[in-house]
Amino acid sequence: MAKMHFDLVSPERLLISAEVDQVDVPGSEGDFGVFAGHAPVMTTLRPGVLSIVTAGRSPEKFFVRGGFAEVTLQGLTVLAEEAMPMAELNAATLDQRIQNAEEDITDAKDAAARDRAQTTLNQLRELRSALG
Amino acid sequence: MPSLKDLRNRIASVKSTRKITRAMQLVSASKLKRAQEAAEAARPYAEKMQGVLANLAVGIAGQAGAPKLLAGTGRDDNHLLVVMTADRGLCGGFNTNIVKLARQHIQSLQREGKKVKILCVGRKGRDQLKRQFASMIIGTVELGGVRRLGFSNVQPIAKQVLDRFDAGEVDVVTLFYARFKSVISQIPTALRLIPAEVPKGTKTADLKGGAYDYEPDEQDILTELLPRNVAIQIFRALLENQASEQGARMAAMDAATRNAGDVIAALSTKYNRSRQAQITKELIEIISGAEAL
Repeated sequence: MAKMHFDLVSPERLLISAEVDQVDVPGSEGDFGVFAGHAPVMTTLRPGVLSIVTAGRSPEKFFVRGGFAEVTLQGLTVLAEEAMPMAELNAATLDQRIQNAEEDITDAKDAAARDRAQTTLNQLRELRSALG
Repeated sequence: MPSLKDLRNRIASVKSTRKITRAMQLVSASKLKRAQEAAEAARPYAEKMQGVLANLAVGIAGQAGAPKLLAGTGRDDNHLLVVMTADRGLCGGFNTNIVKLARQHIQSLQREGKKVKILCVGRKGRDQLKRQFASMIIGTVELGGVRRLGFSNVQPIAKQVLDRFDAGEVDVVTLFYARFKSVISQIPTALRLIPAEVPKGTKTADLKGGAYDYEPDEQDILTELLPRNVAIQIFRALLENQASEQGARMAAMDAATRNAGDVIAALSTKYNRSRQAQITKELIEIISGAEAL
């Protein structure tokens, strides 16, 4: 299967830069899988799990929050405001994020900002319950 | 002619100064390594971000209703300068150079009759700018307590800048910091933050005539991306600045240590000479005393 180039970067570091087969990205309007030769797309991310599939290896999973995914003919670039391997994600850090999101809602100045914060909060809660 | 005791005291004091400067140099060297790694780790994100932005900017620039963070407010009467310096001194010309560049900028803006506001990040810059431009300084952010700069430390600064922009207080925002080139060379740099400046030669993806699908639409993505870009650029500038500060301090302290060594050598020679002179004098006195008998 054709490989494509994939970069996962957070403001603090470059997490992954590799040739992979498939990446499942949690887009703000739904999850989508990207293979080599995908049409160019630019989308925002919702907090969720990004998984990377490389032939012959078990999928790698990352928690990502906020940011963008850009698909070009060269490959996929994910710019996440926060990204960490799933193994490092635990309930406590997620609870912290949920608390932050709740504060964002109270701080929100207008309806649009409150809406956005609420959506983020819901997505985080969903993830939290999935984590158990 | 200083007495022998005076010389001894001076030598002792220069020696302890040298100990301090050497310790500071070593501390900076180890901090520099970490700061440099952090600055380098932050580069890919900032560069990718600019690439994405450049892609979008090409499509949307010049259109009516382009976001203000990209296109500007259409005026340039009110300027906000974010001047980033260190919280501590003893790092050679590091703070002075950044302030000097900012000062030139302020003066040329004043000549053109623009209004200028200053936001200081770091105490030293504020101290230096206060003398001349006290009325323009609208705030100071101190990061002295932060051990390891994370992206979350930057959000409040970005928020302050964006809030002022959204409120229509400022039209143009410029960032002043020192770009880290090497240990001995840090370049004071002015970067225009708003309206977003896409540096020449930024790589944009080649779509071979195709176009992006935007999810949600272009406008929504841009309104999310542009404020984030402001935060990223500030973050990056701060990291570069930190590395530069440590580099400058290391070079300055290295020079100071060497200088102290020179002073000690000169003083020791002087001390030995005058001690020898004194011994000779005493001998002559004894001999001539004995001869007189």
